[in-house]
Amino acid sequence: MADVTTTELDHSQHAPHVHVTPMWIYLAVFFALAVGTVLTVAASRFDLGVWNTPIALFIATVKAVLVILYFMHVIHSTRLTWVVVIASFLWLGVLFVLTFADYLTRAWNIY
Amino acid sequence: MSSLTLHDVRFVEPEATRNYITHDYGALSWLLTKDHKRIAILYLFSITALFILGGFFAVVMRIELLTPEGDLLTSDTYNKFFTLHGIVMIFFFLIPSIPAVLGNFLLPLMIGAKDLAFPKINLLSWYLYMIAAVMGLYIIITGGVDTGWTFYTPFSTQYSNTHVFGVTFAAFIVGFSSILTGLNFLVTIHRMRAPGLTWYRLPLFVWAMYATSIVQLLATPVLAITLAMLMFERVVHVGIFDPALGGDPLLFQHMFWFYSHPAVYIMILPAMGVASEVVAAFTRKKIFGYTFVAYSSLAIAFLGFLVWAHHMFVAGISVYSAMIFSFLSYFVAVPSAIKVFNWTATLYRASVALMTPMLYILGFIGLFTIGGVTGLFLAAIGLDVHVTDTYFVVAHFHYVMVGGAVMAYMAGLHYWWPKITGRMYPEWWARLAALLVFAGFNLTFFPQFVLGYLGMPRRYHAYAPEFQVLNVMSTAGASVLAVGYVLPLVYLLWSLWYGRPAGPNPWGAVGLEWATSSPPPMENFHETPVVTWDAYDYPAMMKAMGETQNV
Amino acid sequence: MSDITLGGNTPLPDVEEHHEHHHPFLQHHFEDLGQQHEASTLGMWMFLSTEILFFGGILAAYWVYRVLYPEAWAIGAAQQIWWLGAINTIVLIISSLTMALAVRNSQLGRRMGTVYMLIATLFFGSIFLGVKGYEYMKHWQEGLFPGAAFHWNEVPALAPKVQLFMTFYWCLTGLHALHMIIGAGLLLWFIWRAWKGHFGPEYYGPVEIMGLYWHFVDIVWIFLFPFLYLIHGAHHG
Repeated sequence: MADVTTTELDHSQHAPHVHVTPMWIYLAVFFALAVGTVLTVAASRFDLGVWNTPIALFIATVKAVLVILYFMHVIHSTRLTWVVVIASFLWLGVLFVLTFADYLTRAWNIY
Repeated sequence: MSSLTLHDVRFVEPEATRNYITHDYGALSWLLTKDHKRIAILYLFSITALFILGGFFAVVMRIELLTPEGDLLTSDTYNKFFTLHGIVMIFFFLIPSIPAVLGNFLLPLMIGAKDLAFPKINLLSWYLYMIAAVMGLYIIITGGVDTGWTFYTPFSTQYSNTHVFGVTFAAFIVGFSSILTGLNFLVTIHRMRAPGLTWYRLPLFVWAMYATSIVQLLATPVLAITLAMLMFERVVHVGIFDPALGGDPLLFQHMFWFYSHPAVYIMILPAMGVASEVVAAFTRKKIFGYTFVAYSSLAIAFLGFLVWAHHMFVAGISVYSAMIFSFLSYFVAVPSAIKVFNWTATLYRASVALMTPMLYILGFIGLFTIGGVTGLFLAAIGLDVHVTDTYFVVAHFHYVMVGGAVMAYMAGLHYWWPKITGRMYPEWWARLAALLVFAGFNLTFFPQFVLGYLGMPRRYHAYAPEFQVLNVMSTAGASVLAVGYVLPLVYLLWSLWYGRPAGPNPWGAVGLEWATSSPPPMENFHETPVVTWDAYDYPAMMKAMGETQNV
Repeated sequence: MSDITLGGNTPLPDVEEHHEHHHPFLQHHFEDLGQQHEASTLGMWMFLSTEILFFGGILAAYWVYRVLYPEAWAIGAAQQIWWLGAINTIVLIISSLTMALAVRNSQLGRRMGTVYMLIATLFFGSIFLGVKGYEYMKHWQEGLFPGAAFHWNEVPALAPKVQLFMTFYWCLTGLHALHMIIGAGLLLWFIWRAWKGHFGPEYYGPVEIMGLYWHFVDIVWIFLFPFLYLIHGAHHG
């Protein structure tokens, strides 16, 4: 039976919790994003065979992660926020993976 | 500050007439309301009207199918009827029904909140629904659509001469109504529970609405973009889904079913939530395996996203991916089965009160099981090759959607009717209607399993003469079913004026919604409740009450 | 034996407290600003998750065809002006920086700082839209707009598939631009609100969620740029 003397409040504060990110972090992230842009353009000019696409995807992902963590403050956010962000990309992943499971195996048909 | 005990829930409010209905008068006070209870009533009127419209299409189809020849409607017109029946029933009735009516009304009450997290967005949801409904109505009147509710390409993009663009735009808009409702519910459940209301003390209806909202949030956007591409293709004809121009019609189907399969879980999960509430209330027991039932809702929501191409086994996907999807489709039946086992275990050795909501739910449990099991038949590729696009499939989804979701909706409507309106419905008429629905439903749809197995294809206005007997049975059943649906319309309306006034807790059930007056006051609770008891804690409640309830 | 009480044995939280300093923007169904802030932020994240699936859906279609028609996709990307796309990417990243600084200023209660950063964000966002408009105009003139006006025909066998690429280019960037236009409109509103002094350390939530939306639009572009402009072999020499 539940402990009748406990009152659990969902929120123990009255005002929102303020976490102010230091200026230098914002500038560092901006610099990294700019460098990433230059890198991705540069990489596209060379023939790296099958690696062109994965490299472009990797750089874009790193940039996106930086924006999410620092500009969007996810690094300081609640676990629930992390769950929402990760779940969204996971669900998108399901769409990609299972759809491509069809397209990439069509040629395997022996009929 | 007084502390209310459950002894007091039988109190009669001094201001018995001050509630959300009498709080304010005038059409604008309803049309511009931000109160979740009023918005739920707005939805109740809208979806009831759309249900009648969807039912009208079904009635005409069943009349056509009395004879093997296509003698009532031309094939083109018949195509429009089954298309519109599907679109109206799925997008404008089933998807909103329990969430938008019962969920909207009850969720804040069940968690001890004053309203949903975003009341204005809630109202926006209803207006988006209404705008889409009016667009849909206009299109129906000016010629309708004949592509099937599935809008398969390239017929829908290239060859159909009906209002495809308009209808898909209406579906696009109503999708956002669904997304916003889901978003609202998720934030509300996370951030607005009353003090003491931990996750494992939540009613199972709330868990079910939570799982439903996840599906609404993540699946519907993919439908939206798919329909947007369809609309673009219809106008510009660049070949996104047209094989003649390099497109792949299967890509449309992949993306369409990525939403539309999880959509069926949007329709059934809330129904399962209602089932848990009704079973608990009319056995006066905590649901057996509460944690399993709660987690199974989440499991269904997740697994439901992994199985969509079982709608495409014969469409041309690779055999290997078909095998993957078939395998995954078996998994999604497991959490549903867990629920059915747990409800049954709850009923075992219980003193079951056979009131109308319970009758509907008993029907639900049996019919949903049949529907679910026939889904497993369809998940087997070998069997699906034979019965896909036949009446077997039609029977399967009507068993889960009508025998399942609609019956649970009726159960919920009756169970919470006293709370919503402050009136009891007439019990014997309601029981009669429930029995008519059950009998009519089975007579309508069981023959369709046989028809499908024997080879009668769906979406045809004519059929081979040897199928006539079963079709006549099906139409006869539909007539009984129709009576079963008309009766509640009549007596529920009647009860608004002449029904016995219900007290705060006519069923003697445990739950925060029963701890406030019927109908509830505008602010739901005069003081924020602090929850110190477990979900469905009937033993403790019975002890506190000491005697039988005023049922 | 426990008694089920709606009050419990501990005193209820004092609900009178916050009424004394009732914030003008506290909505009444919330207990306090903290709950309102958390709910609004969570709501915006949930909305962004729908946007991820929305853009993700059309990106899935884009990738299916990219895998099926790699040559046509490379040709399509080669038709774009890559350095304009690169400049636009940098411009948008700058606007994200200014947006983050606007949020920071509102957290610190700097009224005019917030206003200036929001104006800067709007400024850079407008540059982006201007460049985009220029690109669209060039496409139209070069006959690259999908549909009846399409008349690229250097490799006739691939022409329908190049048109398909341009369809995705237009739909993806168009959808993105639409989101930016909506964002710009919201920024105008927020500039006005910030100037009126609505925001401060105890109420900066709206600026933060505006920021979340703006950063999301930036992230979409971070992916669209390489997808639509930088397919290998796809740049003018």
